[in-house]
Amino acid sequence: MKRWPLTGPGLTYLTVFMVIPLGLVLSYAFLRRGRFGGVVDEPTTENFTRLADPLYADVVLHSTWIAALTTVLALLIGYPTAYVIAGLPRRRQTIALIAVVLPFWTSFLIRVYAWIVLLSGPGWLNKALRAIGLGPVDVLYTDAAVVTGLLYAYLPLMILPLYASLVRLDPQLREAAANLGAGPWTSFRTVTLPLTVPGILTGCLFVFVPSFGNFVIPELLGGGRSVLVGNLIRDQFLKARDWPFGSALALALLAVLMVLLLAQAWAARRYATR
Amino acid sequence: MIEIKGVSHRFGRTRALDDVSLDIGEGEFCALLGPSGCGKTTLLRILAGFETPDVGAVTLDREDLLSVPPHRRPVNLMFQSFALFPHMSVERNVAYGLERERLPRAAIRERVDAVLATVGLTAYARRKPHELSGGQRQRVALARAIVKRPRLLLLDEPLSALDKQVRAEMQLELKRLQHEVGITFLVVTHDQEEAMSLADRIAVMNAGRIEQTDAPVTLYERPRTTFVAGFVGANNLFPGPNGITAVRPERIRIRNRIGGGKGGNDNDGTVEGEGERLTGTVVDVSFHGGTSHLAVRVPGLDRPVLIAVQGPSRVTSGEQVSLSWPPDAAVHIPASIPASTPVSTPASPIEGEEP
Ligand SMILES: Nc1ncnc2c1ncn2[C@@H]1O[C@H](COP(=O)(O)OP(=O)(O)OP(=O)(O)O)[C@@H](O)[C@H]1O
Ligand SMILES: [Mg+2]
Repeated sequence: MKRWPLTGPGLTYLTVFMVIPLGLVLSYAFLRRGRFGGVVDEPTTENFTRLADPLYADVVLHSTWIAALTTVLALLIGYPTAYVIAGLPRRRQTIALIAVVLPFWTSFLIRVYAWIVLLSGPGWLNKALRAIGLGPVDVLYTDAAVVTGLLYAYLPLMILPLYASLVRLDPQLREAAANLGAGPWTSFRTVTLPLTVPGILTGCLFVFVPSFGNFVIPELLGGGRSVLVGNLIRDQFLKARDWPFGSALALALLAVLMVLLLAQAWAARRYATR
Repeated sequence: MIEIKGVSHRFGRTRALDDVSLDIGEGEFCALLGPSGCGKTTLLRILAGFETPDVGAVTLDREDLLSVPPHRRPVNLMFQSFALFPHMSVERNVAYGLERERLPRAAIRERVDAVLATVGLTAYARRKPHELSGGQRQRVALARAIVKRPRLLLLDEPLSALDKQVRAEMQLELKRLQHEVGITFLVVTHDQEEAMSLADRIAVMNAGRIEQTDAPVTLYERPRTTFVAGFVGANNLFPGPNGITAVRPERIRIRNRIGGGKGGNDNDGTVEGEGERLTGTVVDVSFHGGTSHLAVRVPGLDRPVLIAVQGPSRVTSGEQVSLSWPPDAAVHIPASIPASTPVSTPASPIEGEEP
């Protein structure tokens, strides 16, 4: 018989840090806002009807677009990187992986501020462009800057699961493909790629989820011009003091992410080989 | 057809292959025999193109093979660990090689169905490898290698996980491929009987070297090195002053000492001339159906002498017996044969050198 894994300390942890906060958010979403923030005990569903307002739907769509673009770019950069790392000799693999996660050990804010310096008008990007004879570009405080920042912040979360699934791949499978007449590209397309789909799915999820709900990077690099779901929720709680609507937004965000998680789990199981 | 000349290969400090030379003729069935770790797989991997030898040359039809990339070689390898594609069904695994040749779909279907029928896996065509037993997986790997009908087939222990009956069927199928399709075979096997019955020639390897390459009968009757004499069959080896004498268990005659040469001259255990008699004590008797095996301890010899007799044995454990053999049963192996490295030494580590 399988034992329920969430007993004892696990259950306590989940209750304190997941069930109670989520329960609060859930109940707030069905209440009316108080005059000076907080909530008053009047049940309502109007917070959810407000979600349908095109103004907010646009924000959700825009967030989806930004997060999706970030995820696709992370995959395009991350896959070749992980592929190269997995092909290195053991010792060098470790060094390369440390290099990949090294930025995580410095302050997130400092790293984002560094991007402001790089991308700003008189910054290094434009210096470099001028050096090769191209005119200055105004990247800072655009979606491009936001995507750059998100990509930079979450690329390691793409590389690590991809690397894990690539090193697990039996090198003899590629040899078998070659032996049966498959050139390098065919072998990649028919053997390596399908067998690393679980890693791809995990990596995409790991990048998409934090990008979708992020509010620090859009604020700093998007200059507040690019409003994403995360910013919206944060503003509802801290600026508009509309906790119920903020809760409803948070639940909507959670619902989208749950759907993605389920889709990922389903796809991963379909591709699981053992 | 394929010529391997002076091939050596090292993994770090391990000398996996040491000056290996082997010619295999068109349509020949060559078996590779040797203890674990002697370099058999490494040799096959070099022929398939997954390792490049440090020195040496390999030619196919007199043209250099080593410069041809693996996917262009007319050579198929069945991996010792099968290396089946885990995400593909049995039939997709088998069809993989044919799809790379861009054959029409119908032709691929036909050939896949035919080969699955010969390995007896038609009913399992839709299963994934992890849903198969070890023996079934081995047959898928075999099917995947033979379906392409390459010039040269390299099989790394292709039948080791199969039961006796299926194994016999697969052996027949391999012989059929050799004779009807004209495929050349290089097959690694641990089963000496299998090597003897299937192969036109057997190469015996030890510690990265080929000790002897000969037809099965020659190899069995005329081993040229101590290693081969000890490894092929169960030879009795008697050390002498200038070499070793090897005698097959079934050639030794055994006589009850009380009935035979009672009070005959005592023997100190060394062999002074051919046809010499030994005396000893029976320590073990085992019955194997058609034959019985006896072990006789002879004073002065490290290991008991093995004797095979037809039918049940007439002597029992503990009896004193005398042993003799006709002069032509004794094979003399001079001590000066260079390749005679000690028995059961794995690939020798090299001291102090790096490749
Ligand atoms: N990739 C490798 N790296 C280092 N050493 C290796 C490697 N492959 C093989 N060896 C070594 O080379 C020697 C020969 O190995 P090989 O696989 O050819 O043996 P084998 O004759 O096929 O043995 P078996 O009958 O057990 O399959 C062994 O000592 C082995 O440890
Ligand atoms: Mg092997």
